[in-house]
Amino acid sequence: MARSVTSQRKTINTVAAWTVGLLIFFPILWTILTSFKTEADAIASPPKFLFFAWTLENYAIVQERSDYMRFLWNSVIIAGGSTLLGIIIAVPAAWSMAFVPSKRTKDILMWMLSTKMLPAVGVLYPIYLMFIKLGLLDTRIGLVIVLMLINLPIIVWMLYTYFKEIPGEILEAARMDGAGLREEILYVLTPMALPGIASTVLLNVILAWNEAFWTLNLTAAKAAPLTAFIASYSSPEGLFYAKLSAASTMAIAPILILGWFSQKQLVRGLTFGAVK
Amino acid sequence: MTLRVRTLFGACAICALSTAATADNIVIATVNNGDMIRMQGMTDDFTAKTGHTVEWVTLEENVLRQRVTTDITTKGGAFDIMTIGMYETPIWGKNGWLVPLDDLSAEYDVGDILPAMSGGLSYDGTLYAAPFYGESSMIMYRTDLMEKAGLSMPEAPTWTFIREAAAAMTDRGNEINGICLRGKAGWGEGGAFITAMSNSFGARWFDEDWNAQFDTQPWADTLNFFVGMMNESGPAGYATNGFNENLSLFQQGKCGMWIDATVAASFVTNPNDSTVADKVGFALAPDNGLGKRSNWLWAWALAIPAGSQKVDAAKQFIEWATSTGYIELVASKEGWANVPPGARTSLYENPNYKDVPFAMMTLESILSADPNNPTVDPVPYVGIQFAAIPEFAGIATEVSQEFSAVYAGQQTVEEALAKAQTLANDAMEAAGYK
Repeated sequence: MARSVTSQRKTINTVAAWTVGLLIFFPILWTILTSFKTEADAIASPPKFLFFAWTLENYAIVQERSDYMRFLWNSVIIAGGSTLLGIIIAVPAAWSMAFVPSKRTKDILMWMLSTKMLPAVGVLYPIYLMFIKLGLLDTRIGLVIVLMLINLPIIVWMLYTYFKEIPGEILEAARMDGAGLREEILYVLTPMALPGIASTVLLNVILAWNEAFWTLNLTAAKAAPLTAFIASYSSPEGLFYAKLSAASTMAIAPILILGWFSQKQLVRGLTFGAVK
Repeated sequence: MTLRVRTLFGACAICALSTAATADNIVIATVNNGDMIRMQGMTDDFTAKTGHTVEWVTLEENVLRQRVTTDITTKGGAFDIMTIGMYETPIWGKNGWLVPLDDLSAEYDVGDILPAMSGGLSYDGTLYAAPFYGESSMIMYRTDLMEKAGLSMPEAPTWTFIREAAAAMTDRGNEINGICLRGKAGWGEGGAFITAMSNSFGARWFDEDWNAQFDTQPWADTLNFFVGMMNESGPAGYATNGFNENLSLFQQGKCGMWIDATVAASFVTNPNDSTVADKVGFALAPDNGLGKRSNWLWAWALAIPAGSQKVDAAKQFIEWATSTGYIELVASKEGWANVPPGARTSLYENPNYKDVPFAMMTLESILSADPNNPTVDPVPYVGIQFAAIPEFAGIATEVSQEFSAVYAGQQTVEEALAKAQTLANDAMEAAGYK
């Protein structure tokens, strides 16, 4: 009896999980399907789900009109570079907050997080003027710096949470064995917190990849990433939904594939403590 | 090698070097509209003629507006040419943010630009942007449904006729709405339509002392008429419909009439995208017998920001892209129906273009719009569906949000107009107009 209740509950849970999963995935699925339709089929009412004349024409047009590889490369450099730089700065910062806290550590953490609450447009002009002055406008290095700064509070917070779960005695033991600060962080702390660091890296790559305000406002022709590539296919005066969907599919495909292959690490890092 | 041959080689080398030295790479910010995309495809012709290369930054209209505004106000110099409209051009020209286009070549023939366009793109008599294509608004209607309703569309109908025709064409059982109009919030979406419509009802945004006029009878008449007609004959959820939503409805045969940008005519008559391509007629936007029609005037134009370091190359591009030569180039490759409309007088004298079904109605609509005298009573601003002052975009966006709330049934016409009156007056006072 108990067994049948369990299996019934299991079935319900499975169905519920699949329903929620499909609901979340549906917008992406619809975008992918629309990318294979003609513009007329894309706006058809009632909507055509699977039974339409499948075409690769939109992908061909997008390839012909835009230099996809340039946008992709810019996205890789900007997302990867800003995450790497952020980790290099955040690991020592999180270490000091987790293992050598001061009276103000909590306040500093809250202050860092509060910077995320500022509407980005509020600082657009000061940052734009600084970029002009420093010659960083429409450069990848400029965006690497800005996105690193934007995501730094999240990186520090996540690493701080993981580091807090590592017993300080382990680091103390390393110090007693003669490890200096550099060795302690590099050879003791980092390997123990690797799942946490990996999930932090993955999450920040996704955040940087999808960031659309700064990447659109601080770039023009040279450093524009895939967000600008998508924006170039959006139009309030003309129905180009199928082409827009093709461009969107091409833009999200790399990060979707990365997320798919690394989902185990991502979930593990986000749900388990560093030493559990 | 003889001296003559050496001299010839030397001359060639100097020519090649000088061409290389003067060849620039210009960056152009533009919108993702059909005509603009076509222009990008023709860029090789410009490069072949001048040696200059072009890099395109294509963005959605609102993103582009924000992006180029940031750049021009900070003199960032990210772009050598910007695609801007009639709203920005006189304001930016006045502020000295644009390079005056007062020395274009004689072959370019500035005098051929339609006066309504050159007037709207000038400040103090100086042209600051060259029109790439111009548009007004007009009625697009289903000839078969009009005939079925036993009616005949006049060339210049009144609002009363349009309301009656819309009711007669409506067939809810077959998902046919008599009329589709913009209700979406935003100064360039529903805000543009209702402002142009209000002109024909005798309304205006401000009196000559910049006092808001939403507490006057013509505004109440405009909104009550619009809401009444749309509730009778409009599509469900019209409060969120903009250009694209109505285009989609019309192309699928779900609208009897649609009053919107003249540029839509090429979409609804394109058999590849429209199911009603061969059943579309055109007429002037309606009036109310007060001497003003409800059509607007707009141009997408090319301008050079004052921060550009490549002004000469940028001017060459503008001359190329807005010339009669470019129109002929597009016609030769993609047909006369696809040339950028509404910018040059000579286009409408061309017998090939006269055969395009919507060509002359587009011209008549453009010619009937007067941005310097947009309303029945005098106003202190220029512009038909907007007032060319920097504060307008912000105020009009908020006002159109209040109006959209009426369309969605969330408040009454009186409540929306009272809020619009207060917020417009407050904003004008804060900006120092009063």
